[in-house]
Amino acid sequence: MNGIKVENLTKKFEDFVAVDDVSFEVKEGELVALLGPSGSGKSTILRIVAGLETQDRGHVYLTGENVTSLDPRKRKIGFVFQHYALFKHMTVEKNIAFGLEVQKKNKNLIKEKIADLIELVKLNGHEKHYPNQLSGGQRQRVALARALAPEPKVLLLDEPFGSLDSKVRKNLARWIRHLHDRIRVTSIFVTHDQNEAMEISDKIIVVNRGRIEQIGKASEVYEHPKSKFVASFVGNVNVINGRTQDSQIALNGTEGRIDKKTKDIPDNQDIVFLVRPEEVSIKRTASKPTSIPAVIEGIHYRGSFYEVDLRVGDNEIKSIIQKENYKKNPLIVGERVFILFTQFKVFEASEGHQAIHRMLKQLGYIE
Amino acid sequence: MNPELNRVELIRNRRHIGEWVTLSLVLLWFFILILIPIFGIIRETFSQGLDAVKTSLATPASLHAFWLTILLTTSAVILNTLFGTILAIVLARQNFKGKLILESLLDLPFAVSPVVAGFMLIILFGSTGWIGSWFSSMNIKIIYALPGMLIATLFVTFPFVAREILPVLREFGPEQEEAASTLGASQWQTFWRITLPTIKWGLVYGVTLTIARSIGEFGAVLVVSGSIINKTQTATLRIHDQFSDFNYAGAFSAALILIVASFLLLNFIKHIYKTKGGNTS
Repeated sequence: MNGIKVENLTKKFEDFVAVDDVSFEVKEGELVALLGPSGSGKSTILRIVAGLETQDRGHVYLTGENVTSLDPRKRKIGFVFQHYALFKHMTVEKNIAFGLEVQKKNKNLIKEKIADLIELVKLNGHEKHYPNQLSGGQRQRVALARALAPEPKVLLLDEPFGSLDSKVRKNLARWIRHLHDRIRVTSIFVTHDQNEAMEISDKIIVVNRGRIEQIGKASEVYEHPKSKFVASFVGNVNVINGRTQDSQIALNGTEGRIDKKTKDIPDNQDIVFLVRPEEVSIKRTASKPTSIPAVIEGIHYRGSFYEVDLRVGDNEIKSIIQKENYKKNPLIVGERVFILFTQFKVFEASEGHQAIHRMLKQLGYIE
Repeated sequence: MNPELNRVELIRNRRHIGEWVTLSLVLLWFFILILIPIFGIIRETFSQGLDAVKTSLATPASLHAFWLTILLTTSAVILNTLFGTILAIVLARQNFKGKLILESLLDLPFAVSPVVAGFMLIILFGSTGWIGSWFSSMNIKIIYALPGMLIATLFVTFPFVAREILPVLREFGPEQEEAASTLGASQWQTFWRITLPTIKWGLVYGVTLTIARSIGEFGAVLVVSGSIINKTQTATLRIHDQFSDFNYAGAFSAALILIVASFLLLNFIKHIYKTKGGNTS
């Protein structure tokens, strides 16, 4: 096992359980995202792997070696902080050289290494600059070069793009993906941004309340979420209230019925089901018995697609239509239509539905 | 010269009436509180001629007093820089029970009158005091001797270094130090290469205040030293002594030396800060 392995990590801060029995593996050369909302414990997990935080229970293995009780400085890791944590009194090249200098490496080797890394992170011409003379994106690239200089066995990034504006953030995230394809160092990065996680990682570990909810490829996590939390946190989603009746689902406040799909939930039970906006298709005629009547309440142009607000009984549902499809068949606000769900997930309403609803509101996924 | 530009310049330089009032007030205040007293000291110093100054400064008692002040100041700076730095790092980077109490106690020397502090030390270290009686049995004299004076100076200057460094350490947070440790630096390397450069200017300022306070300390040292000529009399005690004996030339000349020394020191540090402090942070 040449990657990263953690077993049964648990960490309490007084009464608060920040990390609760977490185990996972990262294969050699993988770039894995630890994804979760703020306060979910993802950063604490990363800091435990780095040795910056001490766990109450559990083990950490880096490239097969048990480093559980090892000092961070002996773990041979590279760590990139959200707020860069650059040495403010040192120039760019001094920052990058630091790890090699404290390990008393040969001076010529250090010089070569700095030149290589400056080239790699494209900071030519900034060697003699101080951190406060650089932009946010440049600072984070210095932080990355500094972490890579001592040739760490694993690279750990704590919300590496968290304090950058969205455009720089996107570019840097893509650039890191390309960089990783070149240097292939086993990496974990922490993020609360699901798009970022899906875009650049080989694998996503979804964390909620200190526990792992799901581990899988981006497409698996998105298309086959194992829990309501994963479904709602990863990607936009409609949260629709309904009730099981006669082996079907009745949407609250409407005559519409849909097939239940799952046999686990008995009849006469309150349920929620989650549908992604792109899985809501709009028709002018009722094509199937499970078509649901809806009214169009709003149409928003979003560049490459249109976002359509629909009212179905007590529920508000969003649908996304690609621009070219929309142009063939434009809609009008107030029009009565029928909708079909191409894919959805049903969960019992009792399992903390209210809490999830509140969280989604806070995150701005629903109104 | 463009007359239009000249007018703009004039308008820009014209002060409001309120600004005139505040400026005059500041200058007046400065004049009464600082300039006139200094002028008075200079006048008194030389009122009996230069020879009187020379003879009173060159006495063994005066020289010993200055030497003692230098010795106490140097020791206080070294010890309080060391412990103040450690204290600030512990308070900023570690969590333990009673931390808040410890931190509020740190300000105690600011709040307690130096004379009261001196009496506290006598109660504690006097030959019949709790700790003093033990030292007494070992034939070590604390009160009315150099150790007591050093403790008194350490007490009154204790907060300066720690108080100046603490906010700097808190502002920078532990991240740079954590980064250093993940890069393989030992705690010692991290301190010298990351923490120290970060707190450098706070440290310089704390040391400056410590020096100024040590040189000027009077109350606490007076109580614990007994002001014995040629033995436990510091420069400030000497000034007080000579003033009481109506030896104004001696008192004011010594005072002038302390003023000049402190003034030069403060400006020297300001100069260094101006030329070196700005370019890295």
